[in-house]
Amino acid sequence: MRKLIFAISALALAGTAALADPIADRQALMKSNGKAAGMLAPMVKGEKPFDAEVVLAALTTLNQNAQKIDVAVLFPAGTDKGGDTTASPKIWEDMSGFQAKMDKFKADAAAAVAAPAKDLEALKAQFGMLGQNCGGCHETFRVKKG
Amino acid sequence: MGLIRKIAVATIALGGVGAAVLWFLSAPSRLDTAAMAAIGAGDTTRGERIFWAGGCTSCHARPKSEGPARLELAGGLELKTPFGTFVAPNISPHNEDGIGTWTVDDFANAMMRGVSPDGRHYYPAFPYPSYTRMKPEDVADLYAFMKTLPPVEGRQPGHRLGFPFNIRRGIGLWKLLYLSDQPVVAVGDTAPENARAGQYLVEGPGHCGECHTPRQFTGGLKKNQWLAGAVAAEGDGIVPNITSGEGGIGDWSESDIASYLETGFTPDFDSVGGAMVAVQRNMARLSPEDRAAIAAYLKAVPPHPNGYPARRPEASKN
Repeated sequence: MRKLIFAISALALAGTAALADPIADRQALMKSNGKAAGMLAPMVKGEKPFDAEVVLAALTTLNQNAQKIDVAVLFPAGTDKGGDTTASPKIWEDMSGFQAKMDKFKADAAAAVAAPAKDLEALKAQFGMLGQNCGGCHETFRVKKG
Repeated sequence: MGLIRKIAVATIALGGVGAAVLWFLSAPSRLDTAAMAAIGAGDTTRGERIFWAGGCTSCHARPKSEGPARLELAGGLELKTPFGTFVAPNISPHNEDGIGTWTVDDFANAMMRGVSPDGRHYYPAFPYPSYTRMKPEDVADLYAFMKTLPPVEGRQPGHRLGFPFNIRRGIGLWKLLYLSDQPVVAVGDTAPENARAGQYLVEGPGHCGECHTPRQFTGGLKKNQWLAGAVAAEGDGIVPNITSGEGGIGDWSESDIASYLETGFTPDFDSVGGAMVAVQRNMARLSPEDRAAIAAYLKAVPPHPNGYPARRPEASKN
């Protein structure tokens, strides 16, 4: 019993520690999304043959990352500055608009992993649909910095 | 007549001459009507290509509109700049509120000379300093295409500018300094053939330099830092360096650039953001040949280090 409590506390601590730096956490998520996109893009461009397993792996990663996004935890007030964040202040000016973009990404990622592309044509459509989410959110809610 | 009086009279006379010269120099100058008349009616299919290359809809569609509404050029986007706030006007073919009654000649003068049908200067927030490099036949084709778009009712409010920028006549002097229909850079002989086609798209209709090149305090582009990136004229942040200089895109291949313009993903799978999102959506509608030409030109322009200051580390919140 004591061991169990210890384990739970340790886990809880680890959880808190992992969330202590929301800027680093959200950046890690975005990097991981980029990697997943990087697994799909060479197929879409015809540089690599279509591989259903790789497609599923990439979509799974994207979906897991998407569902992990909790706006309140990853974008708490005050994290528009600090670190090398490129989050736009518009996130906090228009929280409901930002949340709507995130909800759409979650829904699109879940739909994609539930019905992964079975061939190249389907992948092109799926990749395009998911990719719209990236630019669609970065258009308003990210600031390009030097 | 005393000496002081003589000087005063001379000063006033000179001032008068100076004012007259400035007034003369700042007069809006129109295109040669005969030259435009020779071009005749434009072609809507060719015009659509110019429409996407030019990105008219990025500023002139209603802000945040999507899908087919991007073709309703009702205006309304606000550009908040150091000179004041510019409001994109209605350029749909509506007879009262848009440009429905304009002739092709009116349209060409707006695009290539920055002059309105009633003979006033436009502010260069409308990127005619780039469009002035366009071929008149492309302008005529664009005119024909824009005639096919839905007319939209409603005018936009005027720009909100402080003194002295609210004096339109002053733009005439600005044009003397900065308006040129000549190519910006020399594309070397070693550059591939399509780099010249790309030069036309980038320096002309695409007006890439309007955001990607730093400006002087007068608002004129620093052409010796062409495409070197700049502090964003409106909003926060920067517009990236798209030359091959330090901080730029020297490590992108031509195919990387073309692919970015088509899909919105950088070679390391970051995504397009900010105002470039709307631009990239337009670029995705061009032909692969046009995107490849743009890429070839960007690889051929003189490399420059970043045209914006290095990022300062932000103060910690603690």
